[in-house]
Amino acid sequence: MTTTTSAAAADALVSVRDLTITFGSHIAVSELSFDLTPGRCVALVGESGSGKSVSARALLGLVGPGSRVDAAELRLGTHDLRALTAAQWRNVRGREVGLVLQDALVSLDPLNTIGSEVAESLRLHTGLAKKPAAEIVHGLLSRVGIRDPEERAAQYPHQLSGGLRQRALIASAVAAGPRVLIADEPTTALDVTVQAQVLELLAELKREGTALLLVSHDLAVVSELADEIIVLRAGAVIERGTPAEILHNPQADYTKQLLDAVPSAHTRGERLSPLPPAVFTRQRTETPAAEPKTGPILEARNLVKSYPVARGRRTTVLHDVSFTLERGKTLGIVGESGSGKSTAAAIALGLTPADSGEVVLDGEAWSTLREKDRRARRRSIQTISQDPLGSFDPRSNVRTLLGEALGTVGVPRGERDDQAVALLEQVGLSAVHLGRHPLELSGGQRQRIAIAQALSTGPDVIVCDEPVSALDVSIQAQVLDLLRDLQEQLHVSLLFISHDLGVVRHVAHDVAVMQHGRIVEFGETGTVFDAPQHPYTRDLIAAIPTISSPSLTI
Amino acid sequence: MSTLDQTEAPEHLAEVTETAAEPAGTEAATDPQNAEVPSVASLLAAASQTEEVSRLTRIRGIASYVGHRLLDIILVLWAAATLSFVALQLIPGNPLDKMLSGMQEATPEIRAQIAAHYGLDQPIIVQYLTYLGGVLRGDFGISYQRASPVTEVILSEIRPTAELTGWAILVAIVVSVLLALATSGRRRGARAFAQGFELIAVSVPSFWLGIILMTVFSFTLQWVPAFGTDGPGSLVLPVITLALPLIGVITQVLRERMEHVLHEPFVTTIRARGLGENRLRSRHVLRHASLPALTLTSVIFGSLLSGTAIIETLFARPGLGRVAVVAIQDRDYPVVLGFVVFAALVFIIINTIVDLLYPLLDPRLRGGHS
Repeated sequence: MTTTTSAAAADALVSVRDLTITFGSHIAVSELSFDLTPGRCVALVGESGSGKSVSARALLGLVGPGSRVDAAELRLGTHDLRALTAAQWRNVRGREVGLVLQDALVSLDPLNTIGSEVAESLRLHTGLAKKPAAEIVHGLLSRVGIRDPEERAAQYPHQLSGGLRQRALIASAVAAGPRVLIADEPTTALDVTVQAQVLELLAELKREGTALLLVSHDLAVVSELADEIIVLRAGAVIERGTPAEILHNPQADYTKQLLDAVPSAHTRGERLSPLPPAVFTRQRTETPAAEPKTGPILEARNLVKSYPVARGRRTTVLHDVSFTLERGKTLGIVGESGSGKSTAAAIALGLTPADSGEVVLDGEAWSTLREKDRRARRRSIQTISQDPLGSFDPRSNVRTLLGEALGTVGVPRGERDDQAVALLEQVGLSAVHLGRHPLELSGGQRQRIAIAQALSTGPDVIVCDEPVSALDVSIQAQVLDLLRDLQEQLHVSLLFISHDLGVVRHVAHDVAVMQHGRIVEFGETGTVFDAPQHPYTRDLIAAIPTISSPSLTI
Repeated sequence: MSTLDQTEAPEHLAEVTETAAEPAGTEAATDPQNAEVPSVASLLAAASQTEEVSRLTRIRGIASYVGHRLLDIILVLWAAATLSFVALQLIPGNPLDKMLSGMQEATPEIRAQIAAHYGLDQPIIVQYLTYLGGVLRGDFGISYQRASPVTEVILSEIRPTAELTGWAILVAIVVSVLLALATSGRRRGARAFAQGFELIAVSVPSFWLGIILMTVFSFTLQWVPAFGTDGPGSLVLPVITLALPLIGVITQVLRERMEHVLHEPFVTTIRARGLGENRLRSRHVLRHASLPALTLTSVIFGSLLSGTAIIETLFARPGLGRVAVVAIQDRDYPVVLGFVVFAALVFIIINTIVDLLYPLLDPRLRGGHS
């Protein structure tokens, strides 16, 4: 334990000693100790399954059914949290400790206005009548930076932008004035500029004296707020210290690995994961054209797309969008949610028609063709989506998933298993996985299956739509390495769509920055990131949370 | 049709509000004093203009909704009338035989006279068109057997049917909601007990249940009358008989949904506020579960309103179900046709009410305004 924590223990609001949480025989957390003091932030960092969320929920008595919580000390204010009755817990929750979860779209009751959501915890603990409560709610909303609070209070979460929603969620957590706030991945689903605003709001609450427990998978996010970082892995504390110690002088191998896995400018051209490179062989057997074609493999020309909104009104999601994907290269498309990047991808794949403009594939018309004429060439353009769990039929196993794809390119039934195994081995899996169902695979394994499926037709282009955003950073590193290996060996071109600028900077040769359906900047990756021309690009880059906070830069 | 439009709209709308609302958030985070502020007058002008526009679009929206609905009603009623007309032609058996079955000397002349009186001597297509013409004027013809207008026959039987089904649905909803609130995601024992009860309630045949109830509460205990329509007491047993299986079905749907919703992240947020388990369910979770339950209940209600022949027969109550059964047996075509059109109308009305209720329950289904 460092000196900072023992010094803080005296005036600690929360004291946790040797917290151990088990679910049956599974140990979720073992012997975790920390203190929370006013105006300071402790961060629990780790990948999924590290026990970080469960530890935080122990302070709320919301660990979940079938769990057992043991601790030498588990104190909040004057309450011994190990011995609270259900009624006492209800009195502590909201009043003395608040909780902010990720993605307010699902973390606020979607059927209630944000005003009534904030009022609920307020009235529950103060017994205020509706009218006076409403005024305090407006005050709370404006305190978290929501303008026109009267108007906003009457709106529902789905009517607000991601940033406003998350602010409302924070307002509802602090409504009854808890001195301890638990923020569990509070910025994870947010766009980078909104994330910066929400982090600033949390920093403000911290400055005003709130004791903050931050739970996150993202070391960069944590480094901006935390006074102490605790790195967890499979329930055990791997390392703890100040952000400076953890980020710039990590002692544990696991912490080093986590830091190395974060893609950024420095990692370009380097491998992110400790795994050896994969070896790929081209799937398609047909003889290559006598003369290899030249020119871009995929070209989008002046794409325009609009959708009907309400009766008679339309909203334009793509305004005159053009980009080129060079042979064997990666084009990154970055932008925040609603910027039109996924629509552009759908048009490139020939799944959505454009209102005007066209996509040219390998020098020939593509998006303007009839589906009947497109089908024969579909094998040359494949896709990998963010969440293969949603795009795989949960009832089929890996054998059928790959077999179907191989069948579309005419692989005879008898050879499909062998080829499927070959594909699995290329993406770092093996024949054991043939019989598995999507639900029985981890997120990283599913994404590998998605890549194998895409490769099964021997494509020239793979459209990757947020392929790593649902993955832990070390798994993300492996998948990014895998994509790089396959590109180097198979010369596949990648259209790489992501909201994560660090990832794009790591993988892309060229970058297109999209905002409100327009490409505001397009160019070679180094140039765009080092000398951004458009103010929006500059905002985006400035908003990226970085590992080195200003005081620490060397 | 129109519900589809409504559910599709908000998704796109969310994108629009997303882009529209974001600048506000961005500005709020930076220094508000330094933010560029448009003149108050221009803001007010813009606001009133958009208000005017949104009111206009709303009126236009309502008008087109009503228009679509009316068209739906006409089409459904026409289809119901036509299909049942065709079906009746295909059923073996001539209504004239039934009408004349009581007569000793039905000479061919008398037969022809009666046929002419009811228009049964006309070609089918003429009969059909005459019938449709009548329906348009609200005239469904005269019952062959009762010799009174079909509208009168049906109207006189609506009251007892509506009384019975109305109470049964009400009882079913109240009991189902209470059961679901008490047992969703709770102690195993209570939940298993409720599930067993629901299974029995759904699977017991209603005539058998009715007989048991009658034996116990009327014949043995003599608490309530077994037959007829004398006073509220006579409603008790038929209402229970009708409601019990409904309680089984509706509770199952409600609880399944509620337990699904109890795993949503927002439930954790609410628990972290300090709200108790009961209020969590009654204030938040129940509302989420009410949408599928509403759909189911409306379908059941519709089919009950158009007749519960078994219950009516068992408890010797008047009602539409019995009228319909008797009319089909007697080949009383005008009554059968009138009944089918009435049933179709009931479904349309209930559907419309439910469609209007959805957006009240779930604001995400509200199309028009942001």
